[in-house]
Amino acid sequence: MADQPVILQMQSITKEFPGVKALSNVSLSVKAGEIHAICGENGAGKSTLMKVLSGVYPHGSYSGDIVYQGEIQEFKDIRASEHAGIVIIHQELALIPELSIMENIFLGNEPAKRGVIDWKEARRRSIDLMARVGLSEDPDTPVKDIGVGKQQLVEIAKALNKSVRLLILDEPTAALNESDSQHLLDLIRGLKGRGITSIIISHKLNEIEQIADSITIIRDGKSIETLDVKADGVDEDRIIKGMVGRALESRFPDHTPKIGEVLFEARNWTVQHPTVPDRLVCKHSDFFVRKGEIVGFAGLMGAGRTELARSIFGHSYGKFLEGQTFMHGREVKMHTVPQAIDAGLGYVTEDRKTLGLNLLDDIKSTTVAAALKKITKGLVVDMNREYQVAEEYRRSLRTKAPNVDEGVSKLSGGNQQKVVLAKWMFTDPELLILDEPTRGIDVGAKYEIYGIIQRLASQGKGVIVISSELPELLGLSDRIYTIFEGAITGVLDKDEATQENLMKLMTQARKNAAA
Amino acid sequence: MDALKKLFGGNTRQFGMIFALVALIVLFQILTGGLTLTPDNVINLFNGNSYILILAIGMVLVIIAGHIDLSVGSVAASVGIIVAITMRDWHLPSGVGILLGLIIGAVIGVWQGFWVAYVGIPAFIVTLAGMLLFRGLNQFIGQSNTVPVPKDFTYIGAGYLPEIGPDTGYNNLTLLLGLIGAAAVVYFQLRARREAKALGAEVPDQWVTVTRLVLIVAAILYATYLFATGRPGTSFPIPGIILGVLVLIYGFVSSKTIIGRHIYAVGGNRHAAELSGVQSKKVNFLVMMNMAVLAALAGMVFVGRSTASGPFDGTGWELDAIAAVFIGGAAVTGGVGTVIGSIVGGLVMAVLNNGLQLLGVGADLTQMIKGIVLLLAVAFDVYSKIQGRPSIVGLLMRGIGGNGGNGNRGVPAQPDETTKTTEVLARES
Ligand SMILES: Nc1ncnc2c1ncn2[C@@H]1O[C@H](COP(=O)(O)OP(=O)(O)OP(=O)(O)O)[C@@H](O)[C@H]1O
Ligand SMILES: [Mg+2]
Repeated sequence: MADQPVILQMQSITKEFPGVKALSNVSLSVKAGEIHAICGENGAGKSTLMKVLSGVYPHGSYSGDIVYQGEIQEFKDIRASEHAGIVIIHQELALIPELSIMENIFLGNEPAKRGVIDWKEARRRSIDLMARVGLSEDPDTPVKDIGVGKQQLVEIAKALNKSVRLLILDEPTAALNESDSQHLLDLIRGLKGRGITSIIISHKLNEIEQIADSITIIRDGKSIETLDVKADGVDEDRIIKGMVGRALESRFPDHTPKIGEVLFEARNWTVQHPTVPDRLVCKHSDFFVRKGEIVGFAGLMGAGRTELARSIFGHSYGKFLEGQTFMHGREVKMHTVPQAIDAGLGYVTEDRKTLGLNLLDDIKSTTVAAALKKITKGLVVDMNREYQVAEEYRRSLRTKAPNVDEGVSKLSGGNQQKVVLAKWMFTDPELLILDEPTRGIDVGAKYEIYGIIQRLASQGKGVIVISSELPELLGLSDRIYTIFEGAITGVLDKDEATQENLMKLMTQARKNAAA
Repeated sequence: MDALKKLFGGNTRQFGMIFALVALIVLFQILTGGLTLTPDNVINLFNGNSYILILAIGMVLVIIAGHIDLSVGSVAASVGIIVAITMRDWHLPSGVGILLGLIIGAVIGVWQGFWVAYVGIPAFIVTLAGMLLFRGLNQFIGQSNTVPVPKDFTYIGAGYLPEIGPDTGYNNLTLLLGLIGAAAVVYFQLRARREAKALGAEVPDQWVTVTRLVLIVAAILYATYLFATGRPGTSFPIPGIILGVLVLIYGFVSSKTIIGRHIYAVGGNRHAAELSGVQSKKVNFLVMMNMAVLAALAGMVFVGRSTASGPFDGTGWELDAIAAVFIGGAAVTGGVGTVIGSIVGGLVMAVLNNGLQLLGVGADLTQMIKGIVLLLAVAFDVYSKIQGRPSIVGLLMRGIGGNGGNGNRGVPAQPDETTKTTEVLARES
C-alpha cells in the first residue's frame, strides 16, 4: 500500500457556515486504489468535507485546495466532480422511489440519441451494471419495492455507470442489517480489486476495522491523524481514542435494572398491510413490558418490528384487525396518535428525515413539538419555558449546536437524532418506543444515549428498543423478543441471549425454532 | 457600514422587505414631489388596500400549512351580495348584516375545508372550483346587478375614528391610538429583551435595540401625525383598525399558540407532525375555514367602501393576496411565512400601485412593474437564503410588538443531508 501514488489530496480545507466553522485546516490524503475511512464524532465535519470534495459546496465557498490526480480542481458543482470521476453517495439515499431501478441508474445520465432515450441500450447496460453489484431483480422494478440494502446497491450501480474512479460513501451501512452490510462491504472490496478508490464514512467501527486500509480521524472540524490500519495495527479502541480524544472503557454504562410490575401489555395484536389486503404485518403478537425494563425487539429488516411499534402507537401504520393493549393492567384504546400520547406512549421513529423532523424548524420548537401543552399557559405557548427546556436537553444530551435557535436542518445527522430524542423525552412517556435510536450516531454519543435510556428505566419507565445491531440489543436489553415475518418467535432473557440463538429465532418461524 | 449590518440583521444585502418598503415610500415621495406622504393619500392608500391585507392574513396561514386558496375573491363577492340583498329586502341592521356575512363565510369555509381536509382533494382544485362556484353564485343571486348598501353599513369600509374631546387641531383618538401603539412596542420589545437576557439567550447589542426602537417609534408617530391631520372628517380609518386588530390577533395566534405551532408543523412536515400528535386534518380544516371567514370580512369592508355590492367585486384579489404573502417571505412549499411579513408584502404592492398611479402611469405598465417586483422580491429572498441567512423580514419581525420567534424560518439551500432532491435535480439538469 505504502508506495502507491496519491490520488487525492485535500489541503488545509476550511469551510464556514454562518456562525459555525465546520472545517478548519483539514487535510486528507488518499492513495490510489485504497479504501480510506473517515471517522469522527457526530458533527465533526465528515459529511461537510465530502461535500466540499464532491462540489456540493462549490469552489469559492471554502478555502484550501483539492488536488486530484495531480491537478488542482475547482469543482463548481456535482456535475463537475462527477465528470472527473468522483461520485458521492449521500448519507441518505437519493433515489426516486416511484422510478424503476433502471430509470434510477440512468437518471441524469440517460443514454440518448438527440435527446431521445435509447431504452434498449439502457436496459442492456443496466443488466450489466446490476450484475456487477449483485442485483438480480428485473430492471423495471420500482425502487420503492426493493429493500434498503438493495437500494444501496442501486446507488452503487448508478455510480459505476458514471465511470467512477473515486467513490465516496457517506454512512452506506447505517440503515442496513448485518448481512446486507456485509454484502455491501464485499462489493466495495471487489471494486477496489478493479482499481476504484473508495472513501467511506461510518460509525460502525467494526466494519471500518475490517475493510479500511487507512483511516483519517476528524475531531471538531480538524484532522487529527491518519492511521495505516495494517502497519499501525489499528483496532476499534484505537479509533475511538482518536475520535473522542480519550479511551472509552466500556461501550455500555453500568446499570442495575430495577424491574417492577407489568406496565404495558399487548395481546393478540394483529394488523393488516395498509394496501395489500391479505397480508398480515403483525400476526397475533403478545408481549409485555415491565416498569423499569428495557425490552429489545430483534428481527431482520422487514420483519415487522417498526410496523408493530407504529400500529401500537395510535394505529399509525396499517389496518388494525384485532388485539388489545393494556397500561397498568387496564385496557386502553389508542386509535389516534394523540390518544397514544395521552396514554403515556412515545415513539421515536427510525426515519427521522421523513417522519421525525420538520426540517424548517429550529431546535427549540422541535424539542417541545410533541408536548406543547406542557409549556402552554392558557392559550399561549410560553416561549421562555420553551427556550429553557430546549437548552436543558441540549446540554444533557450534549447536542452539538451553537444554540437552540439553530435550524435542525443545519445539524449533523447524529445531532438531529438527539433532538428527536429530546422531543420524546420531554413528553415524559411511561413507555418509550425507540426505533433504531442510534442509527448514524457516533460511539461516544451512543454511550450517552444508552445512559439516557437506562436512566429512563431507572425512573420506572418502560423502554422498547428496536435495533438491527445485535450487540446493542444484547448490551442494553433486559429481555429480547425476536420477530420473524410479523410474528413473535421467541423471547430471551438477558443472560440466555446470544448473537447465535437470537439469529436463529430471527430467521425462522416459531415451530421450526421449537423443533 | 458595520453598524448598518448589525442593525438590519447581519448583512447589508439583508435590508429586505422592510427596507424596500421604506425605500419605495421615500422614492415615490421624491418622484411625486411630496404627494405620497400626505394625510389624504396615506388614508386613501390604507382604505384602498385594507381588504387585500385582510385576505393576506388568512392566505399566509393557508400557505404556511402548504395549501393555496384561489377562491377568496369569489367568496368575498358572494358574501357581499348576500349581505347587501338581505339587508335591503329584510331591513336588517348593519350589525346583524355583518354577523350574517361572517356566518356565511364560515359556512363556505366548512364546505371548502371539508373537501381539502377530510376528502383530501388538493386545495388548489377545491378552491379553483370554489372560484367558479362562488363567482357564479354572486351573479346568480344578484342577477348580475349592483346592489347598494345602507349608509351606516359603509362605516366598516369608509368610516373614521370620531372627533372627541377638546379641539387640539388633531384627531384626538388617532393621537391616543398612536401613543398607545408606540408605548406598547417599546414595552414589549424591552420586556422580550430582558427575558431573553435572563435566560442567557443571545440578545442584540443595546444600541441596536435602542436604535431599532427609535426608528419604529418615529415611524409610528409620523404615521399618527399624518392620520391625525387629514381633511376634516377623516382620521384613522376603520378598516385600518380592523386590520390592526386582526394583525395583533393572528400574529399572536400564529406564533404563540398551540394551533399556530401546529400550522407550521403540518406545512413543514405533515408526517412528522402527525406522529407528534398533531391532528393535521383538523389544522387543514381550520385554516381553510378561517380563510373563508376573512374573505367574507374583506368582501364586506370592500362593499362598505364602495357603498354597493357588484357582480365583479373581488376579481383578482386572490392573486394580490398571494403575491403579498410571497413577497412577505413565505415559501411555496409551506412551513414558512409570517403574518407581519405578509402585511409588509401587501404594503409594498400597495405603495407601488399608489405611487405609480400618482405618477400617472397607466394600468398596463403598472401591472408589468408589479409582476417584475414580485419576481425580484422572491428572487431576492431565495438569494438571501442561499447565503444561509434568515430572511430580513423574519429577523426584523422577531422583536416587533413582542411578536418574536417564528420569523427565523429561512430555508437553507444546502441543508445537511437533505439536499437529495436538489442534488438529483442538479444531476438531471
Ligand atoms: N448547511 C449548514 N449550515 C450550517 N451549519 C452546518 C450546515 N451543514 C453542516 N453544518 C454544521 O457543520 C458541522 C459538521 O457537520 P457534518 O454534517 O459535516 O458532520 P458529520 O461529521 O457528517 O456528522 P454525522 O456523523 O452526525 O453525520 C456541524 O456542526 C453542523 O451543525
Ligand atoms: Mg454526516
